[in-house]
Amino acid sequence: MGLNKVVAGADEAIKDIANGSTLMLGGFGLCGIPENCIAALVRKGVRDLTCISNNAGVDDFGLGLLLQTRQIRKMMSSYVGENAEFERQLLSGELEVDLIPQGTLATRIAMGGWGIPAFFTPAGYGTEIALGKEVREFNGKMYLMEMGLTADFSIVKATKGDTLGNLVFDKTTKNFSEAMAKAGKITIAEVEELVAPGEIHPDHIDVPGIYVHRIFKGSNYEKRIERRTIKK
Amino acid sequence: MPLNKDQIAKRIAQELKDGMYVNLGIGIPTLVSNYVPEGIEIMLQSENGILGMGPYPEEQDIDADLINAGKETVTLLPGGVYFDSAESFGMIRAGKVDLTVLGAMEVSENGDIANWKIPGKMVKGMGGAMDLVASAKNIIVAMQHTNPKGESKLLPNCSLPLTGVGCVKKIVSDLGVFDVTPNGFVCREYAPGVTLEEIQAKTAGKLSIADDVKEMTF
Repeated sequence: MGLNKVVAGADEAIKDIANGSTLMLGGFGLCGIPENCIAALVRKGVRDLTCISNNAGVDDFGLGLLLQTRQIRKMMSSYVGENAEFERQLLSGELEVDLIPQGTLATRIAMGGWGIPAFFTPAGYGTEIALGKEVREFNGKMYLMEMGLTADFSIVKATKGDTLGNLVFDKTTKNFSEAMAKAGKITIAEVEELVAPGEIHPDHIDVPGIYVHRIFKGSNYEKRIERRTIKK
Repeated sequence: MPLNKDQIAKRIAQELKDGMYVNLGIGIPTLVSNYVPEGIEIMLQSENGILGMGPYPEEQDIDADLINAGKETVTLLPGGVYFDSAESFGMIRAGKVDLTVLGAMEVSENGDIANWKIPGKMVKGMGGAMDLVASAKNIIVAMQHTNPKGESKLLPNCSLPLTGVGCVKKIVSDLGVFDVTPNGFVCREYAPGVTLEEIQAKTAGKLSIADDVKEMTF
């Protein structure tokens, strides 16, 4: 009712994601990925997805699960080096990949969320990613025009959220998730902790609920660590 | 003797200045943080969203929600900050990060760098490297002077797909320290026991020797 964004769970949250949809999926490596929704997408078996995500998971976790089941047609990412199945599908031509500089990708998503259609950045000038892009000189430096990005659905995992969809991301889980949460035509947030309005201090909200359409309390987070490094 | 990885990192650490904000890439660059000179305070930026990155955690402090851009578990120092990726690359693009240290497969005599792709072989992606090299005020490349086949990585022109053009200012290799100038590579220092003849033989790009060239000290 009204501004209450709460849905029962991951399966309900993603129920209208159709074959061929474009999705943004938050996370950096395996840090802060929407584990519950990825599992639900595997269960639903929706296919021909275009996935915008900084990375592609590892072979048996994160977006790697959707690659294993061949549900992804195209990836838009900055770095995909941790996933052998990804590399196989790419080299065999089964998977289409658009590699985008990380800052350009983050900013394209942020601009998409802010309603800005394009911007100029120096990243990639003079390289193969500049091919076909408009080049402009500002103050003696060369820049490429890059387009803002939006998605049919943005799927993010937040540390905490309230029923109005206000979100908080702890530590380095802000990564791509904060901007993606703003750039979805429909934004789905799974949260570790779901609270009532007013329980999150207004100064501490990372993403205001206006951007978020569906929210649910996730469960059974594995939070797998890619490189477990400790002090020697 | 050519330098080992730690010695390369140790020499690069001498380039750190008090008050710098620094982004260290994966590999040898990461080791630089082990050799910050006495009396110098710097802050490490990690492009996934940290300023004030600390060392690796103790076993009991490992936190899956706190990693660096190399996806390693890390810590945050007092006064450190977390932010999102767009913010992170905003501060990089706006030139707030004073020094970037990263590895390379090839560097050309005009400062072009290639470090992200080997066509047909390696398709992992550029990560944040293109953004960093396009905007950093000062870029130091840490690398071996030659590739595993013994071929020079300091070239007239890069043969691999470029990461950025005309951006590298300095190289610290296992053989010496090199400035990248309008006149090509200039050897400023040589590693202890390495001869200038060896450096010349292993540098394919235009190389000159600084008048005040000296043996590297640590």
